[in-house]
Amino acid sequence: MPEKPIQGEKRVFMTGNEVIAWAALAANADIMYGYPITPQNEIMHYWTRMIPKYNRKFLQTEDELSAGFTTVGGVLAGRRAFTATAGPGNTLMQEPMSMAEAMRLPVVVVVQQRGGPSTATVIYSQQEVTMTTLGGNGEGLRVVYSTATHQELYDYTIKAFNTAWKYRFPTFVLGDGYQAKMRESLTMYDPADRGIEMVATEPYVGKPGMPGVDRDPTHLRNTYNVEEELYEVLEQYLADYAKAAPEIAEYEAFDTDDAELVVISHGVVSRAGKAAVQELRQAGYKVGYFRPITLRPLPVDQLREVANKAKQFLVVESANGQLDRLVKEATFGCPVEMLPLFKPGVGITTEEVVARVKEIKG
Amino acid sequence: MSVQPAMPKCWNMETKPHKFCPGCGHGLVLKALGQAIDELGIQDKVVFGCDIGCSLLSWDFFKVDTVQTHHGRTTPVITGIKRANPAMLGIAYMGDGGGYAIGAQHLVSAATRNERITVILVNNTQYGMTGGQMAPTTMPGQKTETSPYGRDEESTGYPTQGPEMVAAITPEGAYVARGTVANVKQLKGFIKKALENQMAGNGFSFVEALSTCPTNWRTNAEDTWKFVEEKMTKYFKVGEIKVPGPREKEGQ
Repeated sequence: MPEKPIQGEKRVFMTGNEVIAWAALAANADIMYGYPITPQNEIMHYWTRMIPKYNRKFLQTEDELSAGFTTVGGVLAGRRAFTATAGPGNTLMQEPMSMAEAMRLPVVVVVQQRGGPSTATVIYSQQEVTMTTLGGNGEGLRVVYSTATHQELYDYTIKAFNTAWKYRFPTFVLGDGYQAKMRESLTMYDPADRGIEMVATEPYVGKPGMPGVDRDPTHLRNTYNVEEELYEVLEQYLADYAKAAPEIAEYEAFDTDDAELVVISHGVVSRAGKAAVQELRQAGYKVGYFRPITLRPLPVDQLREVANKAKQFLVVESANGQLDRLVKEATFGCPVEMLPLFKPGVGITTEEVVARVKEIKG
Repeated sequence: MSVQPAMPKCWNMETKPHKFCPGCGHGLVLKALGQAIDELGIQDKVVFGCDIGCSLLSWDFFKVDTVQTHHGRTTPVITGIKRANPAMLGIAYMGDGGGYAIGAQHLVSAATRNERITVILVNNTQYGMTGGQMAPTTMPGQKTETSPYGRDEESTGYPTQGPEMVAAITPEGAYVARGTVANVKQLKGFIKKALENQMAGNGFSFVEALSTCPTNWRTNAEDTWKFVEEKMTKYFKVGEIKVPGPREKEGQ
C-alpha cells in the first residue's frame, strides 16, 4: 500500500493547478485522462510527476473528445476518474459529458476558464458558465461548483468526486486562469482526518461472475426507439435531480437582511464582491453579498428569499451576463431590479465594484 | 422441422431474432465474434462497445457487458475502460463512418499508442442508419444519396484503405486483418486471433469486415453477394495484413 499523499494538516503556498492535482490524489482518484490546453496544463504536469509514488494512472489522449470519453470509460470500469480542460477544450468536452448525463456516469471535470469565444485569450474569464452548466444536447443534468480560493479548489475537488458518485451526475469544478496560475496559501489534509468519507465507487462493466449465468449482463445505452421510452427515463432523471438539488446547492452570503442592494457574483470575482460590500458597509451603504457556490443547481430558494427583500441586484461577472441569465431565471417574478457590471474576459477589482455601487446609489 | 440453427452461447437469445435489416452483414460478423468469444471462453472478461449507426443495434446483442457510445467514440471509451481495468478484454465495434471519418483520430491514435484493445470495423461502403450516404469506403463510381451520380474520385477521393493504414502506423505487436462476411469461417479466425493478440498483451488488434447492405445498395440477393464478393474485393484485399512477430531486419 502506498502511503497517503497528505499526512496530517499541511500548510502550503502553491498554484491552483498544483492544488487540484494534490486534491485529486488525496481524494483517491485512480486515473486522469487529459489533453493539453492552457491554463489547465499544470494539473497534468503535477499529476504525472506524483502518481508513480502513489500507484495512480494517466493517459494523454489525442483531443478533448477522447479525454472525455476515456474518462467515461474509466468510470464505467468503476474507477474514480477525472479530466481537466478549458475554453475550446471545454467545447469538445460537452459531447462526452452529454453521454455521461444520459447514462448517469459520475465523471469529474475541472474547468479553468479562459477567454472566449474561440481561441481568444489563454488568461482568464468567466465565459464558460453557460456551457459548463447547460452544455451539450440535453437538460443540464450536472453539478457545477464555482470556486473562489485555493482552499476551495482543494475542498471542492475532493467534494466533486463524492457528489458525482453519490448522485451519479457528471460534476464540474469551475475555476479560471487566475485561480489556475496564481499562488496562494491553503491547508491540505487527508479527507479521512476531517471526517470526510470518500463515497465508494463501483464498476458498471466487469463485475464478478459470468454475465447471463451468475448475473445479468450490463447493457448500457443512450439510444431510444420511441419518444415515450426516452421521456420515461428523463422523467426519472429530472425527478432525481430535483430531489438532489437542495442537498447539493451551496452559497455564501452576508449582510443581506437589511440590504437595499445585493452584489451577486461567483468564483474569483466574488472576492472583489466581498471586499467591496465590506468596504461599502463601513461607509454606511446598505449593501449585501450573495455568492452561489453551485451554479448548477443554483441555491434557488435562498436567492429568491434575498430577491424578495432587496430592491436591487448588482450582478458582477467577467462575462456578458452568463451568471445574470441564471439568476434572472431563478428569481423570475421577484420584485428586484437587476443591474449589470459585466466585463467579458477581463478581471474585476474591488474598486470597480465600489465605484459602480456608488454610481448607482448616487 | 424443430432443428434450431446453432447460435453462439454468448448470444442473448432474448433479443433474437436481431434488429438488423434482412440481408445485412452485421448478423454474420456478430456471429463470428460470438463464436470466437465462446471458443476462447472469455464471456466474463469481455466488454463490448458499440458505436452509432447500425452497429448501435447490437447494444443488447450479447450476454456480455456492453456499452453503446457516440458516433466514432467507441474507441476512446473502450480505451478508457482498458486503461482503468487491464484485466478486461475490450472490443470496440463500429462502422466505416465511425472508424474512418468521425472517429478517425481516435482509431489512428489508439493504433499508434498500440492500445491493448480490439477494434472490429464493419465496412459496407456507405452510411446505413442515416439512409445510405457516401462513406469514406464508398467505391469509385458507386451511387449513394450524397453521390447520386456515382462517387467521383477527383472531388471526393478514393476509398479509405483502413487496415493498410492501421498496419502502417502500429508498432510491432499489432494484429491487422481484413475479412468478409462471404467467408465467415475465415472472418471468425481473424477475429479470434485479434482477441488472442489482446489476451497476450501484444498490442492493438484490428479487423475490418467487408459486409453487405442490400437495403441501401438497392440490390437483390444475387447482386448483393456479387458486390461484396467481386466488386469490393477488387479494391479491398481480404487477408491478414500484419501479424505479431519479429520483422526481417534490413540487409538481412
